[in-house]
Amino acid sequence: MSDWITHPENWAFALIALPMLLAAFRAVTSRNVVHSVLYLVVALAATAALFLLLGAEFVAWSVVLVYIGAVVVLFLFGIMITRAPLGMETELSHSNQTKIGAALVSGALFALVTVATVRGFGEEEIVANPTRTGEIGQSMFERFVIPFEVVSVVLLAALIGGIVLARRDPVEGDEALQ
Amino acid sequence: MLQLLATANAALLATEEGGHAAEALSDGGLLASMAWLIPVVPMVAAFAIVFYGKRMPYKGWDIAIAVMGFEALYGTALLLAHIANPIAHDFQIEIARIGSMPIEWGWAVDGLSIMMYFLVGVVGFFVFLYAKGYMEGDIRYTWFFASFTLFAGGMLVLVSAPNMIQLIVGWELVGVSSWLLIGHYWEDHANSSAAIKAMITNKVADVGLFVGAIIVSMSVGSFRFSDILHAVETGAAEAPTLARYAFWAGLALFIGAMGKSAQFPLHVWLPDAMAGPTPVSSLMHAATMVTAGVFLVGRMFPFYLTEGFATEVRSVIIIVGALTLFLTGLIALVQDDIKKVLAYSTLSQLGYMTAAMGAGAYTAGLFHLFTHAFFKALLFLGAGSAIHAVHSNNMSDMGGLKKDMPYTYWTFVIGSLALAGIVPFAGFFSKDEILASIRYASGEFSVADGGGSLASIVLVLAISGAFITAFYMARTVFLTFHGEYKGDGHPHESPRIMWVPLVGLAVPSAVIGLINIPGATEVFTKLVGGREIPVLDHHAESFDVAMLLAGLAAALLGIFIGWRIWGPDKETQPARDTFRIPLLYPLLENKYYIDDFYMDGVIRPIRGPVARAINWTNGYVLDFIINGAGLLAMSVGKVVYWFDQRGVDGAINASGAVTGAGGGMLRLLQTGKVQQYAILIFAATVIMVGGLVIWF
Amino acid sequence: MILGQFIILGAALFSLGVYGVLTRRNAVLVLLSVELMLAAVNINFVAFDTYARDAVAGGQIFSLFVIAVGAAEVGIGLAIILLIFRNRQSANVDELDLMKL
Repeated sequence: MSDWITHPENWAFALIALPMLLAAFRAVTSRNVVHSVLYLVVALAATAALFLLLGAEFVAWSVVLVYIGAVVVLFLFGIMITRAPLGMETELSHSNQTKIGAALVSGALFALVTVATVRGFGEEEIVANPTRTGEIGQSMFERFVIPFEVVSVVLLAALIGGIVLARRDPVEGDEALQ
Repeated sequence: MLQLLATANAALLATEEGGHAAEALSDGGLLASMAWLIPVVPMVAAFAIVFYGKRMPYKGWDIAIAVMGFEALYGTALLLAHIANPIAHDFQIEIARIGSMPIEWGWAVDGLSIMMYFLVGVVGFFVFLYAKGYMEGDIRYTWFFASFTLFAGGMLVLVSAPNMIQLIVGWELVGVSSWLLIGHYWEDHANSSAAIKAMITNKVADVGLFVGAIIVSMSVGSFRFSDILHAVETGAAEAPTLARYAFWAGLALFIGAMGKSAQFPLHVWLPDAMAGPTPVSSLMHAATMVTAGVFLVGRMFPFYLTEGFATEVRSVIIIVGALTLFLTGLIALVQDDIKKVLAYSTLSQLGYMTAAMGAGAYTAGLFHLFTHAFFKALLFLGAGSAIHAVHSNNMSDMGGLKKDMPYTYWTFVIGSLALAGIVPFAGFFSKDEILASIRYASGEFSVADGGGSLASIVLVLAISGAFITAFYMARTVFLTFHGEYKGDGHPHESPRIMWVPLVGLAVPSAVIGLINIPGATEVFTKLVGGREIPVLDHHAESFDVAMLLAGLAAALLGIFIGWRIWGPDKETQPARDTFRIPLLYPLLENKYYIDDFYMDGVIRPIRGPVARAINWTNGYVLDFIINGAGLLAMSVGKVVYWFDQRGVDGAINASGAVTGAGGGMLRLLQTGKVQQYAILIFAATVIMVGGLVIWF
Repeated sequence: MILGQFIILGAALFSLGVYGVLTRRNAVLVLLSVELMLAAVNINFVAFDTYARDAVAGGQIFSLFVIAVGAAEVGIGLAIILLIFRNRQSANVDELDLMKL
């Protein structure tokens, strides 16, 4: 353990991980909807920083672009459109009883996952080695080209599905909407 | 330049002595290696038309015609390069793997496929040109060109296939796009039924194709045609597995071919396929779709020809071909719908091609396919032009169109003469070559046991077929263009966009036969012979004078009799527009009752008795069992009742109460709230996985 | 660095996401919690990828796929929430108890 502390990259890890957990915790408990989303931004930014630490630059910037750039904006849109209460709101979460049940379940889940995986891999050493974006591209379009195409179809389906679901049904006789 | 391209990179691939003069085969250089564009461009264009067609100035037709122009040019370029310097090469790209067998996409560039590229491109170009005029104002104009381009593209995928898998893919693409096109006017129930009929009949035959393809590929261990044919070339001793199953494989493949090439008795879909717009009929009956079966037999030809493999299947092929050419030709005589006449005539000509293949005459069969594509496309387009003018498909509404529609008339006459086989039009040379080949087969070349006498019967049928062909074409021309006009309104010549393709197709219909005069020009023989595995077929080295005279005499006789019946006597022409020979006429009118047989003999018996059998089983067997069980249960029940009343009742009541109470408690869990369910799901997962983790 | 620290971090983030999914009433926030779970999965993917020094970078590729699918999921999810809101004037999950008949 003392050996662990001497490595500067572990300090960096701790500096990233602790705010991340804090932000994630606030994101799921905050009583203000917008704050929740902003905490999510912090947690995701910390994820991106973690990826940089691991040398996965492309994934890190993808997270920044896709999640922080697009998904969070979508969330804010969703909040505005559904007219969720923007200020402090006590009714955002369930009652304490449910909270206790949920905390027990998620705590047990955490313990289970930790025990199961740490027992198997916990002490393995990892050395960050930067992956060049070119390598990712090469592998994406050679080895993983079919999953890539499938994902593109999924995105297309989501696009169409989103439009179909969210558009208003044309009103009878309303030419402009038809 | 073309020659330069063709000779660049020239590698000697095969120099074996064969039935054809040994030629140095090149790999075709850049022109061949870029030939993947041929199938890919129309497939892409079909989708482009769907998405962007409506926004184009000509609503999608412009994309379609540009694509077909490209196909025609590329096909011609390849053809010229091939004639200058024979090309035979396969290109394959592995895309997946089944066990040790790679699944590949590729493109074959050899004599056979080049011939088809050229044919589909050139005939397709003219048909697409014509279609603009014919389809003007159609409700689904853009969609029509999208599916029409897909149709041509599917055919090109099929003919460019260097392996079985791609062949099947192209085969099904052609099937599905033909279904779209036949059912183009699906609002009419008859049309959508015709489309479904074509699809189902083809599917029945496709089972044969699949079975054959699987047997052949698995016994050779490769889907590639080159590997399969190499195995055939090395002989039966070297490829024992293939040789053992060769008969069944060859038969199954031929059944597949019978479906697409509409051979008796699977021909029933083709006349109904007339329900599609006329340009579709034209392309479907000429260069695409129906040629696929003959193409498949041609592609696998060494397999049918080499001793020790599927040689016996050839007697099946020749019989099927002869029956088709004779029987369907007779039906054409009694049809009133001009498109139906041409449809049955197509069936008859396909019979010729098949019979030639069965007689071992690869070149003759393919040559007839080649010439037939031009004049049959021409005839269909001409018929479409007449229909366009008269607004009816029936010849009893036509007559006397000669003076109003000169372009249509003269091109139709050229097409008819070519179909009838009058010298020097295209059909004469190809039909003569088939007759000569069948005669050759009846003499020296034994088709299985007793093949000689079999081929003699086929020869008689084929010559009679030539007579019938000339006869019904004479009838069609006289009834449509001569005599008095019998329809409503005043017919007028079609617009220029429609008669220009007619002229464009009339020229090759007239002269293209000259490229393969036995003993003089052998361009076509060398063209289709230019393949990696030499095809050791029989092909005419010189004219067979007896056959030439017999065929020509039969055709002239047919025209003469046709003229005597329908030609000069304008007054009585309508009365004689069909002849009613007792016994034969109803048989022909009802198309030999084959459709009725399929309906009453196949579909109803399956539907009827099976349904009745199930009903009977329900009524008797199951009821008996159930009643018996009921009686048994009752008598047992009486015994048990006594015991029940005494002791068990209490226990049962108790268990009922427990279940009720448990249900009442569990009911509280059924809140309908997703998150409470989620909690339970997560908790259950944690418990189950936790158990596993602790266990290990 | 050892693998364990990333695994534990991922597990913690995942559990927080589960907690959020289970306790939040507002459907948008439920979806937000699901995003936290996906981020946890991504951390594991990338950590294991770096640990295994995968030649084709499979872990990173798959985390990219997760990002793409996550984006699709948010799009569809918000569309559904919008639809529900339009029909019921509420985006609260506990008012959607149509699963009980």
